[in-house]
Amino acid sequence: MKGYNFAYLDEQTKRMIRRALLKAVAIPGHQVPFGSREMPLPYGWGTGGIQVTASVLGAGDVLKVIDQGADDTTNAVSIRRFFARTAGVHTTTRTADATVIQTRHRIPEQTLRDDQIIVYQVPQPEPLYRLESSRIETRRMHALADYGLMHVKLYEDIARFGQISISYDYPVMVNRRHLMSPSPIPAFDNPKLHRMPTLQLFGAGREKRIYAIPPWTEVRSLDFDDHPFRPIRAPHPCGLCGATDSYLDEVVIDDRGGRLFVCSDTDHCAERRAAGHVGTEGLKEAAE
Amino acid sequence: MSTTIALPGFADPVDEAQATFRAVLDAMARPGRLHRVGERLTAPTPLDPATAAVLLTLVDNETPLWLDAAAAAARDWLAFHCGAMIIGAPHGAAFAVALSLPDLDALSAGTHEAPESSATLILQITALGTGVGYRLSGPGLREPAMLKADGLPAGFVADWQRNHALYPRGVDIILCAGTVLTALPRSVSIEEV
Repeated sequence: MKGYNFAYLDEQTKRMIRRALLKAVAIPGHQVPFGSREMPLPYGWGTGGIQVTASVLGAGDVLKVIDQGADDTTNAVSIRRFFARTAGVHTTTRTADATVIQTRHRIPEQTLRDDQIIVYQVPQPEPLYRLESSRIETRRMHALADYGLMHVKLYEDIARFGQISISYDYPVMVNRRHLMSPSPIPAFDNPKLHRMPTLQLFGAGREKRIYAIPPWTEVRSLDFDDHPFRPIRAPHPCGLCGATDSYLDEVVIDDRGGRLFVCSDTDHCAERRAAGHVGTEGLKEAAE
Repeated sequence: MSTTIALPGFADPVDEAQATFRAVLDAMARPGRLHRVGERLTAPTPLDPATAAVLLTLVDNETPLWLDAAAAAARDWLAFHCGAMIIGAPHGAAFAVALSLPDLDALSAGTHEAPESSATLILQITALGTGVGYRLSGPGLREPAMLKADGLPAGFVADWQRNHALYPRGVDIILCAGTVLTALPRSVSIEEV
């Protein structure tokens, strides 16, 4: 695109972000501050992920962008189009064809490979934020690996509700050292973080933090021996493709209490349907 | 004016910096994995193309740079192409360039609250892919990986393990030889084989 450098950011900004990314990879789970730039869309729309993607992306990359698992929602479409225009890269909705995947709040169902990079958009990088609002204090807690506060929160959940009541952004311990927010992915996706073959990069634009998980790194969801971590999934098959192992969105379909459970990962669902898998609602759709 | 400045930097600064960065990123994420970089670059004496490419990719006027005595001949080229502040003492350097292993304790290991403020050492050695075998283990590696390198001193493993023991503080190393590079983040543990 005329008038802009490749992938929008100037080279000095890319160098600054690249240096932050390298330190982030060297210290898995540790939040590295960076000079987040103003982007042509507001904070909260994935500016952290976009800046990380812009610094990583090359002319030969194929980019996929998902928003809550979907390729076709506003945020995903606009970010994909942004990079198609400013970097001229090929884009795709197929997980297997992508070399860089930027995501808001999901990890694709399909197992990612070691030649791919996944970039997470992060609204709040500090896992202790709701328990301790002072950055000075939380930075010291990370320095001392003092995560007692989070264990007390989980314990209080169990004492009050009988279980840990965190369904998304479930805190994890990375490389047995750093407590980390996995971004607001459902707890269902947490097991995928553990020893993933793919490099995972996290960008928080408003909060100006970058962090990373190298491939094959140990990522453990916090729990207790007598209350082990359990990923939560709605007890239904996907209405369109019949999948019983994917994360589901609940969709209200009429004003009489009708509900449809469908795969949140639209590419996964479409590929399953293309391969002939049909759910209960999918049959109806075909018959009409 | 020094003649080294007459040598150009990257022919295509955007693409080549991006390709070099991805090589360093992948090497940092998968310690010991070898990547080819800087093949189109004419590096100033005494730097190898990989060393020069890494410097062009990561160093600028925001990053104080220290050169060991053997690398000092490239000073004018680096000052011109990177716009880097070249400083006289290793402590305080964001990047250090050395042609032999310096005292790692002399480089910044960062602080407990900001371990990312540590130095990155760009260490140019004789060869990568041949030579002494080192077994690497840690984040980024599915199982322990072998790195062969020629030009690291006998006491390297002991020095490294002291650096590794500072984790999450510590120095990260980018190893360069010819047009090959790899990386040793502080998180990786090294044994000589």
